[in-house]
Amino acid sequence: MTPGLGKDLVGLEFLTPEQIRLILDTAEPFKEVSERPIKKVPALRGKTIVNLFFEASTRTRISFEFAEKRLSADTVNVAASGSSVSKGETLVDTAKNLEAMRIDMVVIRHGASGAAQFLGERIRSNVINAGDGKHEHPTQGLLDMLTIRDTLGRIEGVKVCLVGDILHSRVARSNLWGLTKLGAEVAVCGPRTLLPRGIEALGVRVFGRIEEAIDWADVLNVLRLQLERMEKGFIPSLREYYRVFGVTAERLARAPRPLTIMHPGPMNRGVEIDSRVADGPHSVILNQVTNGVAVRMAVLYLLAGGRPELADAAKGTGGAAE
Amino acid sequence: MARAQIKSTTLLDARALARALQRMAVEILELAHGTDGLVLVGIQRRGVELGERLARIIEKEEGVSIPRGAIDITLYRDDLELVGPKPVIGETRLPGDLSGAHVVIVDDVLYTGRTVRAALDELADFGRPRRISLCVLVDRGGRELPIQADIVGKVARVGPGERVDVRIQELDGADEVVVVTSA
Repeated sequence: MTPGLGKDLVGLEFLTPEQIRLILDTAEPFKEVSERPIKKVPALRGKTIVNLFFEASTRTRISFEFAEKRLSADTVNVAASGSSVSKGETLVDTAKNLEAMRIDMVVIRHGASGAAQFLGERIRSNVINAGDGKHEHPTQGLLDMLTIRDTLGRIEGVKVCLVGDILHSRVARSNLWGLTKLGAEVAVCGPRTLLPRGIEALGVRVFGRIEEAIDWADVLNVLRLQLERMEKGFIPSLREYYRVFGVTAERLARAPRPLTIMHPGPMNRGVEIDSRVADGPHSVILNQVTNGVAVRMAVLYLLAGGRPELADAAKGTGGAAE
Repeated sequence: MARAQIKSTTLLDARALARALQRMAVEILELAHGTDGLVLVGIQRRGVELGERLARIIEKEEGVSIPRGAIDITLYRDDLELVGPKPVIGETRLPGDLSGAHVVIVDDVLYTGRTVRAALDELADFGRPRRISLCVLVDRGGRELPIQADIVGKVARVGPGERVDVRIQELDGADEVVVVTSA
């Protein structure tokens, strides 16, 4: 029996290793759909999906929108500015009003940790978390894992180091959950002020120096340093951050083996990553973007289709020849 | 299925299946007036293996190479809501643009016709073939759509409570077609 995904995708913390593998395996055939002359299949025809983005996003929103359109769903984008949200409507009221227009799924990005789960518990539609505060960004975690699997052929036993602002990063959290569930070795590296206290207790290695991380890892997932962190005093200056933690070609040249370089974007070239590294032969940053569409198609497809309670009825009528 | 009293009757054994494929290969050549523009496209899973075998027989007869492909029609089904937990989707790979080709769809069992309907929709997204024909190993009746095969290995009247299992060496370790009845 194949495991389903349930109603919502809130975070990788709540998925089993089998469910994560199901999503990654389902993403494989969807890669091919985006290479077809007509990049569209009718799987979600007639489904209505609302992309509810309370925070700015380019890549994730466009990636979800491509995924939805390539599955033939009808999509509506709602941004916080210019909508009733800016008039003070609550999240639940906004969603209930959308639901009253008979939608099927909501993709939500919100500044508050837990917003996706909160919404999922209050509406009937499927809810997909596209990033909630400092909590999780599950589809980013999944696309990172798919990219690692594509590049190295496996996830189990691969040494992945997340570099940068771990404390505020939902990408880091989703990666930590997903990678450890599939048996990767995970480490973090960054200034002490940007590492969550007690993270070692999760079985995560901590490197205080980027040189040590480079020496150990197969994969570096370089996180974006949010520039406002400097204003709040977590790091002294961007120049100093680059000098101490920047992933540079010189540092990588001393690695015992070539490292796969990942970055969830948008990049601050010359802050957390050197341009020669970002554009170098071991960078899979654009593969991550390509895989993002396939992973999101897989998640939409798995959540939207398949009502197990109706499956028996379907078999009774014959269904397909298989 | 603990309660099931399962009865299985052989419809085709290995030799009968081989003979059926030989004849079907010849019929494909007749239908297509040779191998010009001929493309065999198997429906995942067993249609792909059967298409591969037909292509090899034709290649041996004619001494030319026959382009072939595979399609998985899961994403084109009309009952996605009803099929329950998802099987993992198989590979779709086609030998380039199909415009102008004579595509022969190969599948193991023709039943309701819904799979073939989905396959026709999917093929249309890869170009405009000059002609599309349908070749199946077993036609078991029970159509729900106006679809018929051009080439059939074996016609069998099989009731709705019964199942036709096509087993082939590459996937199942043996060549045979059986009708399974659970009493």
